Amino acid sequence: MAIEVKVPTILRTYTGGEKAVSGSGDTLGELLDDVETRNEGIRARVVDGDELRRFVNVYVNDEDVRFTGGLGTDVKDGDTVVILPAVAGG
Amino acid sequence: MLTLDQTTYEAIVAHARRDHPDEACGVVAGPVGSDRAERFIPMLNAAMSPTFYEFDSGELLRLYQDLDDRDEEPVVIYHSHTATEAYPSRTDISLAQEPGAHYVLVSTSDGAYEGDTPLPIRSFRIVDGQVSEEEVSIVSGDAADGVAGAERPRNGG
Repeated sequence: MAIEVKVPTILRTYTGGEKAVSGSGDTLGELLDDVETRNEGIRARVVDGDELRRFVNVYVNDEDVRFTGGLGTDVKDGDTVVILPAVAGG
Repeated sequence: MLTLDQTTYEAIVAHARRDHPDEACGVVAGPVGSDRAERFIPMLNAAMSPTFYEFDSGELLRLYQDLDDRDEEPVVIYHSHTATEAYPSRTDISLAQEPGAHYVLVSTSDGAYEGDTPLPIRSFRIVDGQVSEEEVSIVSGDAADGVAGAERPRNGG
């Protein structure tokens, strides 16, 4: 088992076009570090320093991680992580 | 070029008028790869602001799950400007993250939110910070029926 990470269209340039990749870790931050090792460049599009980027939404099992601890959110095998760019403007 | 059916066009304008002075926003979805704007989906502007829009985070997730289930994608992403022209702002350009979408803008400024006269809409591609305007063609009918633009009786459903 692993953790599935669903990747939005705009980030599939980092995954060879794949809509989902898998990874492992105990927290969302560790998971993204692990995913980065096989999909170089993807992490920086989601994370800025130690924080999630303001206009990228990440969900663990349908919960927006902004309300569950951000990069510190616990993850485990079998979880589904979804990355979605915000749809926003002025 | 963006082709929109009359029904969808009117729905976008009506949404913009209804939410004025806040910005209105939403999507018109269509089958993946088809470039056909078929399914009108108004969204909540979580920012509830006259100068900013952002899809609600929970609604955004449900929207994309639903699109995925239906093999659809956001063909059009629309929003209104309530005090400026229907042209992408710097914020619109920097936050645009759907390079395949038509970014549609409608302006309700200068009293245009009142009444029921048609409002012009404009469509743009926004890719890597570059904006290019494209023609908008409004065709009669309802694209969801798959015969947009065809002359046909309106009472046949």
